[in-house]
Amino acid sequence: MTPEQQSGSMASAFFALLRRDLLLAFRRRTEMLFPIVFLLVVVSLFPLGIGPSPALLARIAPGVIWIAALLATVISLDGLFRSDFEDGTLEQFVLSGHPLTLISLAKILAHWLVAGLPLVLMSPLLAVWMNLPIESLGVMVLTLALGTPILSLIGSIGVGLTISLKRGGQLLSLLVFPLYVPILIIATAAVMAASDGLPYTAFLGLLVAGLITSVTLAPFAAAAALKISLS
Amino acid sequence: MLSVSKINFERYFEPVFEPVSFELKAGQLLLVTGSNGCGKTTLIRVLADILYPTSGEFLRRTDSMGYVGHYLGIKDDLSVIENLRFMRDFLGTSRRSCKDVIRQVGLGRVSEQLARTLSAGQRKRCALARLLLSNTKLWLLDEPYSNLDQEGVNLVDDMLIAHLETGGACVLATHGNHRPNWAGTQDCRLISGAAA
Repeated sequence: MTPEQQSGSMASAFFALLRRDLLLAFRRRTEMLFPIVFLLVVVSLFPLGIGPSPALLARIAPGVIWIAALLATVISLDGLFRSDFEDGTLEQFVLSGHPLTLISLAKILAHWLVAGLPLVLMSPLLAVWMNLPIESLGVMVLTLALGTPILSLIGSIGVGLTISLKRGGQLLSLLVFPLYVPILIIATAAVMAASDGLPYTAFLGLLVAGLITSVTLAPFAAAAALKISLS
Repeated sequence: MLSVSKINFERYFEPVFEPVSFELKAGQLLLVTGSNGCGKTTLIRVLADILYPTSGEFLRRTDSMGYVGHYLGIKDDLSVIENLRFMRDFLGTSRRSCKDVIRQVGLGRVSEQLARTLSAGQRKRCALARLLLSNTKLWLLDEPYSNLDQEGVNLVDDMLIAHLETGGACVLATHGNHRPNWAGTQDCRLISGAAA
């Protein structure tokens, strides 16, 4: 096989896998809706719990929305590789001769499109609910758009490591939450800075850096973790 | 195609099977037999690069392998044809049409049904159809005859002989009495590591 043919077949494998995962997510619609409903419920509980004072809600809005998005992502993470692991599809992937890194990347992308993107699209509604100042609404959406892929990417490493365990989901949350802390701090700081009329581009820059780093490194780590879990 | 010398795999510091050596050339079939728990599946998984051997080494002169194991790698929420179409696009090696392959394995009537509605034997046939789309030289089959009716057993034999005739090779693990009728068959009787 020439190098051109090989990269062509890798690209077609990538898109075939992406298409299959999206089709499967569509077939299991209820599973797909769960993180979104969870996000809505968690965010709507806060005004009920701490009182509907607009100023207070506006102050805590970035943190609340981000923490809810974080929890919603962790809930959906376990499904990232589990079904492929349990039904033997992952073994077929290993044997196909395609790099496991590429396969991980396709699956992470599919996961973000199904579990992360809806959170981003939902966030303006949540921001209005929480009385977030209109000038920081755009920044809120932007931080989620940059941050949720990082959550999927970092999470994939944890999933790869815990997939062979019976109750891996519980361990997974302990494993990934500490890694999510910097993202949470940077993202909420950006939104709060925008609310206070302060410059926030440095925070967005940090998020972009985080995204680039995790896109380039996380699939390799996830692939290595999967290989360990399979053996 | 595959040369294996004194390969061994340990689980919890106990060897699973006695060291195995063999040489498999194009057109040859290696029949791995042995009692339950003697490590047939483990050997196949080592050869498939899923497990790493504890000692010994093996050399494989082919990039990709066709593998049918106990977990068939079929998605319940996709239909038979969707499952196979995905694998064909994913592997990117086959020029055969999925419909043609489905007919060959006798799943024509259920090709649009979701895989979750199939019987165990039909699922096995679906996994075998994937093998036909994979276009690989080396097949690793772990109990391919289980769950299949007589017609299915004949199907596996026919597929296998066609594969071997065209220069392919195969490692087949089975605990049953059925033997494919092929002149270039080598036998490998696995002995459990615990028994030694």
